[in-house]
Amino acid sequence: MSDLTTLTIAELRDGYARGAFSAREVADAYLAAIAASRGLNAFIHETPEAARAMAAQSDQRLAEGAARPLEGIPLGIKDLFCTEGIHSQAASHILDGFAPPYESTVTAKLWDDGAVMLGKLNMDEFAMGSSNESSYYGPVTNPWRRNGDETPLVPGGSSGGSAAAVAARLCAGATATDTGGSIRQPAAFTGTVGVKPTYGRCSRWGIVAFASSLDQAGPLARDVRDAAILMRSMAGHDPKDTTSVDQPVPDYEPALDQSVKGLRVGVPREYRVDGMPAEVERLWEDGVNWFRDAGAEIVDVSLPHTKYALPAYYIVAPAEASSNLARYDGVRYGLRVEGDDLIDMYEKTRAAGFGREVKRRVLIGTYVLSAGYYDAYYLKAQKVRTLIKQDFEHAFDKVDILLTPTTPNAAFGIGEVSGDPVQMYINDIFTVPANMAGLPGISVPAGLDAAGLPLGLQVIAKPFDEAALFRGGMVIERAAGRFAPTDWWS
Amino acid sequence: MNKAVREAASQKLVEGATGRWEIVVGMEVHAQVTSQAKLFSGASTRFGADPNTNVSLVDAAMPGMLPVINEFCIAQAVRTGLGLQAKINLRSVFDRKNYFYPDLPQGYQISQYSDPLVGEGVVQLDMPDGERVEVGIERIHVEQDAGKSLHDQHPAKTYVDLNRTGVALMEIVSRPDLRSADEARAYLTKLRTILRYLGTCDGNMEEGSLRADINVSVRRPGEPLGTRCEVKNVNSIRFIGQAIEHEARRQIDLIEDGGTVEQETRLFDPRTGATRSMRSKEEAHDYRYFPDPDLLPLELEQSWVDAIAADLPELPDDKKARLIAEYGLSAYDAGILVADWETADFFEKVAAGRDGKAAANWVINDLLGALNRDGRDITDSPLSPDQLGAIIELIGEEVISGKIAKELFEIVWTEGGDPRDIVEARGLKQVTDTGAIEAAVDEVISANPDKAEQAKAKPNLAGWFVGQVMKATGGKANPQAVNALVKKKLGVE
Repeated sequence: MSDLTTLTIAELRDGYARGAFSAREVADAYLAAIAASRGLNAFIHETPEAARAMAAQSDQRLAEGAARPLEGIPLGIKDLFCTEGIHSQAASHILDGFAPPYESTVTAKLWDDGAVMLGKLNMDEFAMGSSNESSYYGPVTNPWRRNGDETPLVPGGSSGGSAAAVAARLCAGATATDTGGSIRQPAAFTGTVGVKPTYGRCSRWGIVAFASSLDQAGPLARDVRDAAILMRSMAGHDPKDTTSVDQPVPDYEPALDQSVKGLRVGVPREYRVDGMPAEVERLWEDGVNWFRDAGAEIVDVSLPHTKYALPAYYIVAPAEASSNLARYDGVRYGLRVEGDDLIDMYEKTRAAGFGREVKRRVLIGTYVLSAGYYDAYYLKAQKVRTLIKQDFEHAFDKVDILLTPTTPNAAFGIGEVSGDPVQMYINDIFTVPANMAGLPGISVPAGLDAAGLPLGLQVIAKPFDEAALFRGGMVIERAAGRFAPTDWWS
Repeated sequence: MNKAVREAASQKLVEGATGRWEIVVGMEVHAQVTSQAKLFSGASTRFGADPNTNVSLVDAAMPGMLPVINEFCIAQAVRTGLGLQAKINLRSVFDRKNYFYPDLPQGYQISQYSDPLVGEGVVQLDMPDGERVEVGIERIHVEQDAGKSLHDQHPAKTYVDLNRTGVALMEIVSRPDLRSADEARAYLTKLRTILRYLGTCDGNMEEGSLRADINVSVRRPGEPLGTRCEVKNVNSIRFIGQAIEHEARRQIDLIEDGGTVEQETRLFDPRTGATRSMRSKEEAHDYRYFPDPDLLPLELEQSWVDAIAADLPELPDDKKARLIAEYGLSAYDAGILVADWETADFFEKVAAGRDGKAAANWVINDLLGALNRDGRDITDSPLSPDQLGAIIELIGEEVISGKIAKELFEIVWTEGGDPRDIVEARGLKQVTDTGAIEAAVDEVISANPDKAEQAKAKPNLAGWFVGQVMKATGGKANPQAVNALVKKKLGVE
């Protein structure tokens, strides 16, 4: 039965249509795989009862010929999404015991489309991190290892649990969120496909906020088609999120088969950074050649303010986070550590409840918003953000999509970088600009490095042109093939 | 801010030990927006509900919850701005004001900082001495109210009620244009009147739907503005006067004793009538304002604003001018009538097709007096405009005398009924039959021959005879007829 977990969402969909297997069989196969793979620490809360109940319902619908778009597709959900009555703690100690009385818009849409919930996925605490090492529940282990080396590697972050679970075939697909690269970087580290949609494409309602002006939900999947299928169900306007945009959500699957002949692909020269490993550069060149071979027109473009994106991001995101996380005060829900008085209770609760990385960012954010520093930091960073946005607008006058590496390196060992926050932040160097500009981006596995670890290429498109991401992503996938780690963990 | 240099008339200056001082006051008024639902959530705003029953997931700041602007609250604030002749900013921004407190679940208040919804406006004050004072409005911004911390429910614990959390407030910021406690009281009274006319705030200070923070400073006449102190917790119009007088006196004494006023926030204590230090400038919070990333800038269409403007009611200044012109009222009487739109409305119903001045006198002196005596509001007056109108008509038609009319007013007040029927049923009609009156006059004169004799030399005594005749006829005799007959019979014409 375990081979059911090797099927893609599209293959499951076909299998259900043929009656080759039941949703219950598929759910059980995944539940067994999850139970056998707890060493990866990808799931922090499993929901087998919900999974079986939802699968039974899917079987009923399938029998009635009333299948919905994601009927019987088992998904893992990042712990950042609020799920009704179920563990929703942003992998933070401060949300201990929190199970909300409401369901996030994005997950509600997935269930409405027939998806089956397997459980909640590990992540960096409050989505702050690039290695999934800041989780209160401990790090996630990447199912990929270097050739002949058992060193446990990080799956990237913050959606490390989502990426590892998809790569290790513990779920058919997963929800994730991306504030500065939290979908695309782990996708690149685990040989999976990750999509960060246009800001406003998916509702943020019911997703624990990290940096409200940057956060976007998106899918992590085995291949580009699966990502396109999930994207369609997750996207859409929500009156409960006034930053969500009222634009029709297309069926993205037809774009997969669309030729890129004549498509103008921009290669931004500023993404060629110092110290980038030769194999990343080579892979990028491969990508350019694949597009050229497929009939696309390659255009050199300049995004002159790229180098300011990362520093500006590390002002804007912590600033918003410092305010967004003020509500975790021990008063109404989650952890409370009693104190001598109110202030003492606040201090003790937040000292115990937040991990080091979250505290670091709350401190940075509080600092950059303080009287006397606001203009020099926050306001300046917002101006930089405008310039970055303009860079992209100018580039998109000349091209349809941009092609860049997703990350400057492959997955690293657990504990290797965690002592150096700045080194850790550099992981986001190629992904952050799209968040700052609100643009959609996809990471697609493009090859393996010398150690046998996956590397990804990123496609960035114009606002709300997610279809171009899938169209471009298919070029990479067709040329590079698909990548799956060998099971050593179950 | 400092360009406001209106100088107070000399009678408004206050005496210190070393000379005269001018009081400078500006006010920040927090007016709760009249609305069924809160500013960013659908929760009810009903006052007096059981604690924590009007609380949505957004109000309680549950993880992942997002604010959505309530369009009606914005319309109310725009309406208020238009009523204060203020500039409406078609683009405004909601900011977060960050601080920790248990009755502020989000850890920040959503407010407006650099780009408020409403810009500069004006409020006109007509002071009792006839002076007209123009008070500049600097801005109105829209923000969330906080919840309530209840410190008196438990010996050691503080309880939190989030019913008020997220209710829409308008912060109406005046320029420092007020020069006395009287002006400050007049300003808040006038502002409340306008808000009530507009229907954008019920102005109920006891329930906290109108609250004022008062900025007070003192200066020597003609000198630049002094350092101000902000006085909080002043929750009645009476206390505003007390708070300003106390605070100004404190500052004058301080300066005259060689000290300097420190900018600080002070708390008014209604039991002592004094202000005391709450926190100094150094202890002031750093609120770390920044644009709320959950809300896009608020962009309004001019046509939407125009539609609200077209729908504004007649406001007190216009109504007052019209009452003076249309009914020939004095400015003073008109001012009293327009203080509440319900009173003005009542008056206009009474005055319709009748003597406007008489209607004004009856409403102001008799109706408002009786309402005040019985602690009632004009909206639950036992007397309807038609009933009062009928009484006025009966006087005009000389069916009853003014004296009987007062009696009739009391009868209708306590018992109700149609005044005309009551007059008929109880025989209150005035006697206009000259024969009957003449008989009564003759009787009084013949019973008091001495006085009749004296009256020839002292014509004023005729009034005494008129009184006696009125008494003898139970007040029903037509006073003009009695007067004429008495004078004739006494020969004092």
